Amino acid sequence: MNNDKLIIGGHEFNSRFILGSGKYSMKLIEAAVKDAGAEIITLAVRRANTKDAENILDYIPEGVTLLPNTSGARNAEEAVRIARLARELGCGNFVKIEIMRDSKYLLPDNQETIKATEILAKEGFVVMPYMYPDLNVARDLVNAGAASVMPLASPIGSNKGLSTKDFIQILIDEIDVPIIVDAGIGRPSQACEAMEMGASAIMANTALATAGDLPLMASAFKNAIEAGRKAYLAGLGRVLTRGASASDPLTGFLRD
Amino acid sequence: MVKINGKDLNIAGKSIAEYLAATNYDTKRIAVERNGDIVFKAQYEETVLCDGDSVEIVSFVGGG
Repeated sequence: MNNDKLIIGGHEFNSRFILGSGKYSMKLIEAAVKDAGAEIITLAVRRANTKDAENILDYIPEGVTLLPNTSGARNAEEAVRIARLARELGCGNFVKIEIMRDSKYLLPDNQETIKATEILAKEGFVVMPYMYPDLNVARDLVNAGAASVMPLASPIGSNKGLSTKDFIQILIDEIDVPIIVDAGIGRPSQACEAMEMGASAIMANTALATAGDLPLMASAFKNAIEAGRKAYLAGLGRVLTRGASASDPLTGFLRD
Repeated sequence: MVKINGKDLNIAGKSIAEYLAATNYDTKRIAVERNGDIVFKAQYEETVLCDGDSVEIVSFVGGG
């Protein structure tokens, strides 16, 4: 287990929990990072406020890898612009590509995501595309230079869990870069299940932001993700299609 | 007029450095784009804003 590292674009991580930072107070970020044991945190890029406003970077502990997203992008060109701006902000070269055309379902545009991945990978970014789980698209993303693939479990912010479970399993089985389940994971048990399936990591934001006690939920997710990972590495026990199988020795006693 | 973060401002002829000096942005925590291209920090002095330019000044915020 000690050598069980998550490797993304040549960078090694011990934690398999990627934390979102949206929709909650900056003051909770340090506790969330600590209780989640997170080594990667996502951020968004927006029009700047002047100095009197607080800056989120003041709240993120040293040593945590920043993963800017391209939220707000409606096509590949806008995603590329946002990624370049994020890199110019001087916090590394990771980027989570997020391209959406509609604001009702917030579903990723897979075709534009492939285009943006190709451009940004060539520019030296560690590209982590958020996508709708489709095997052909995942293959195209890998060929375009994606360092990981981030399929959605269910719509962003829905907390509905693994609606796309069977298709995520196909990606896990067929794709050689880390599969990081992103969006829609609402409960630690769902994170655990995805990890048991062989997902490389879990990204969550709303599940924590809408929980009663955010740092406590961060810690619950940490435990669930670690449990799921151990179960995957251990190899799950088999499931019988019918009947039963005794766990106890089948030698009768008390009767003869 | 120069559009900065969606607002029209009468600052054509000023450099990015001059504009930023007159505002209260934390220059270590921002990135600047002019007409779709990044303006690197080393170019703030030499980049003079022209009539019709569109500038974005961004920073990090919380997000998933």
